[in-house]
Amino acid sequence: MHTTTVKKLVLAVSLASAALAAHAHRQWMIPTTTVIESDREAWVTIDGATSEGLFEADFMPLKLDGLTVTDPDGATAPAPAATVGKHRSTVDIRLPKDGTYRITLAAVNVMGSYKLNGETKRFRASEQAAQNEIPAGAAEVRRTTMVQRQDTFVTLNKASAGALKPVGRGLEMVAVTHPNELHAGDKARLRFLLDGKPLPNFPFSMIPGGVRYRGTAGEVRLTTDANGEASFTLPAPNMYWLSAAYPANAPRGPGAEGPAESKRYSYSATFEILPE
Amino acid sequence: MKLSRTLALTLPLASSWAMAADLTVKFDLPQLNVAEYHKPYVAIWIERADQTIASTLSVLYDVKKRDNAGEKWVKDLRTWWRKAGRDAKLPIDGVSGATRPAGTQTMNFGPAITGLDKLPAGDYKLVIEAAREGGGRELVRVPFAWPAKGKLAASGAGKEELGAVAIAVQ
Repeated sequence: MHTTTVKKLVLAVSLASAALAAHAHRQWMIPTTTVIESDREAWVTIDGATSEGLFEADFMPLKLDGLTVTDPDGATAPAPAATVGKHRSTVDIRLPKDGTYRITLAAVNVMGSYKLNGETKRFRASEQAAQNEIPAGAAEVRRTTMVQRQDTFVTLNKASAGALKPVGRGLEMVAVTHPNELHAGDKARLRFLLDGKPLPNFPFSMIPGGVRYRGTAGEVRLTTDANGEASFTLPAPNMYWLSAAYPANAPRGPGAEGPAESKRYSYSATFEILPE
Repeated sequence: MKLSRTLALTLPLASSWAMAADLTVKFDLPQLNVAEYHKPYVAIWIERADQTIASTLSVLYDVKKRDNAGEKWVKDLRTWWRKAGRDAKLPIDGVSGATRPAGTQTMNFGPAITGLDKLPAGDYKLVIEAAREGGGRELVRVPFAWPAKGKLAASGAGKEELGAVAIAVQ
């Protein structure tokens, strides 16, 4: 009897910690609106943060340097500089023409470690600056290259596909169903690519916003089929955060026992599922 | 035997007569106790099994507003708008109409509007969507099979912006 209680307790505690682990810090961008129907000058504001609560700016601002805007014609240009607040970064983007815009934060960073005079040093730098981080005489150099990409989508008046073309580099999601035409109960299809090639049997997840009012994360876990595509019925209306990583279950940080060189990819996207 | 064959021959005639009949839609616009009440915009259409629109029966909005200003808010009928309204040119002859006050409303639609006489046999839904300025939006679907065996009568109900909805083909 006593043993059972203890076992139950241990189980409960471990479950609780698993739930806590699920509330990890997430990096996200959220647009003030995803669909604008107006014949006046149109703007969208993008907020970006790293936080415990999804879409709740409760920890620190997201660095939006390198944010780009791909316009309906497929032309990519740097976004204006962001205002960096205590909890979030904010950038206002004007939408000069009708169609769909893709707002992307992509970065390649290197995380690594080496031994110098018997001491282990760690570093984190952009891909370009990483080479300068390793001094002469360094031994046991380990480097993990992290290729990250974050997207969100906004449409002015008429949805278009010019901004949605895959770039063919890194890990990316290709929205076969238009990302600004998602309605609860409808069927949707998307595709994952790694360096332009379809990723079969690849797991990803979607979490609806408003976790704090639910308590549970409400994560929807999906996997691509043999062709690297996933078809599914769209869940309840909300703003959603989709995320995926390749390799799917890689540990965080450079491991002491890991290979000297490794590469990891991560992708996330914010999109809205609208009511019918 | 001979008699039943004669009957069979006359049946197609009889069913095409039934198809040509009028469709009546009766719907309740609830009297709402709210601080700001505006008459709802309402769209009524026939939906195919794949949720596409077979025909729009009615779009009720502020048709009299100067400079067609009422059309601006027709897109608040979100479902109708994204499936048909966006590509429609307003006002639509015989389809656009003025808003209706709270209470029970009855509307009759002939075959020219419903297109029922030309619809292939199958399962359909009569859909009514109401959207109110400063209020909510609601959709009620009333499923029916077409052509109907005998008289067609079906009903549904909303929760807030719409009350009881009943359809009949006589």
